[in-house]
Amino acid sequence: MVFTIKSLSDSHRRFARKRTICAQEKIFMAKRDSTTTDLELKRTEEPSELLRELVAHLRQNRTQLREEWVVRISETRLLTAMTKEEIFAEATSVYDSYVEALETEAFEALQAYARNLSERIIPRGVETHEVVGIVLLLRDVLARSLFAKYQTDFKKLNRILDAYEPAANRIANTVAVGFVQERERVIRQQQEAIRELSTPVLQVRERLLILPIIGVIDPQRARQLTEQLLRGIRTNRAKVVVIDITGVAAMDVTVANHLVQTVEASRLLGATVIVTGLSPEIAQTLVTIGVDLGKMNTVGDLQGGIEQAERLLGYKVASIAEPR
Amino acid sequence: MEVPILKQGAFLIATFQAALSDADLNQLRMGLVQQVVKFRSRAVIVDVTAMDVMDSFASRTLREIAHMIRLRGAETVIVGIQPEVAFAMVQLGLTLEGVATALDLEEGLAYLNEKFKITN
Repeated sequence: MVFTIKSLSDSHRRFARKRTICAQEKIFMAKRDSTTTDLELKRTEEPSELLRELVAHLRQNRTQLREEWVVRISETRLLTAMTKEEIFAEATSVYDSYVEALETEAFEALQAYARNLSERIIPRGVETHEVVGIVLLLRDVLARSLFAKYQTDFKKLNRILDAYEPAANRIANTVAVGFVQERERVIRQQQEAIRELSTPVLQVRERLLILPIIGVIDPQRARQLTEQLLRGIRTNRAKVVVIDITGVAAMDVTVANHLVQTVEASRLLGATVIVTGLSPEIAQTLVTIGVDLGKMNTVGDLQGGIEQAERLLGYKVASIAEPR
Repeated sequence: MEVPILKQGAFLIATFQAALSDADLNQLRMGLVQQVVKFRSRAVIVDVTAMDVMDSFASRTLREIAHMIRLRGAETVIVGIQPEVAFAMVQLGLTLEGVATALDLEEGLAYLNEKFKITN
């Protein structure tokens, strides 16, 4: 009976402490710099000793715990994109930086490592849930080992967990945030690359422009394309434009409408547009939105499009000699 | 501001100087439709280079001018629509269907010369 009350009050205290930790973390978030070290030092005066003990324990059992962790990872089928050896190597370095972060409570190194790790494994198709999953697994494996070690001494176990849990949660948080940040950075970079790749308006003959479009067209890119094309028509005084969309697999209704509008706007500038290389899917989309076929001049491929454009401009291509 | 209508050979040329009021547009329409027969002109060129905004009334009036002039036995070419204006018009559904367009005055004249040389 006494024990129950005690453990109750104990858990109560833990709860209260967690709340203060939460509050302190909020302060930490607000300040986001090193001014919190004072606060943390005060808080962790006693826990730091416990953390030292904890770290010593984790170092001692490094091999065993690491292996257990790797087994858990493969059991839960995480990181399937990587080989066993790779997982083991990564696990080793993650484990070491994890313990180091616990010891020093400095998360910068771990954050940098997480970002570096993400950089390496994102291109191989590793998902966010897998990375978060393995860090949480490590947290659980280590917690289990603490349970096993201190099973005879509940009070100590509680105190150790008090010290361990916030740190472990912050580590998990740090790694997850690092991974997501890296992922977002990659996405931003790719978006920029696509924007820069954006389509050139090329003059192939006097008054004949070609606009080859490759890749996915989103509404933003479509707008940009139209703008470039209309400007190009004006500056090059083009009479005929060939828009080649062989490299576009599919387009949604909005973009298809935009294409039709571009054709009409070009006509208002006095230029004829020939669209070439429509895929069956795009043809389907255009029919679905009920495009007026009288306005759309389409030819099967780019060569045919250029030939027709030359006819419209009054050019005639003739070979001057028999090919050898 | 009234739009001057110039006679250039067999063609009439009306150049918009700035943004026009609805009354100016109506006056232009009447003027063009009357003079095209008076001068026995074969075509009318409407130059809208100076317009950086085209509202639905202006656009409808242009189309009406073109259709009326066709009924009076001549042809209309709209020239000098700005790229931004062109796209804005298309998005509003004002596509001037059935009306010939050209990049600028020079192009419009070239188009008409070509066309009437063939029919001569």
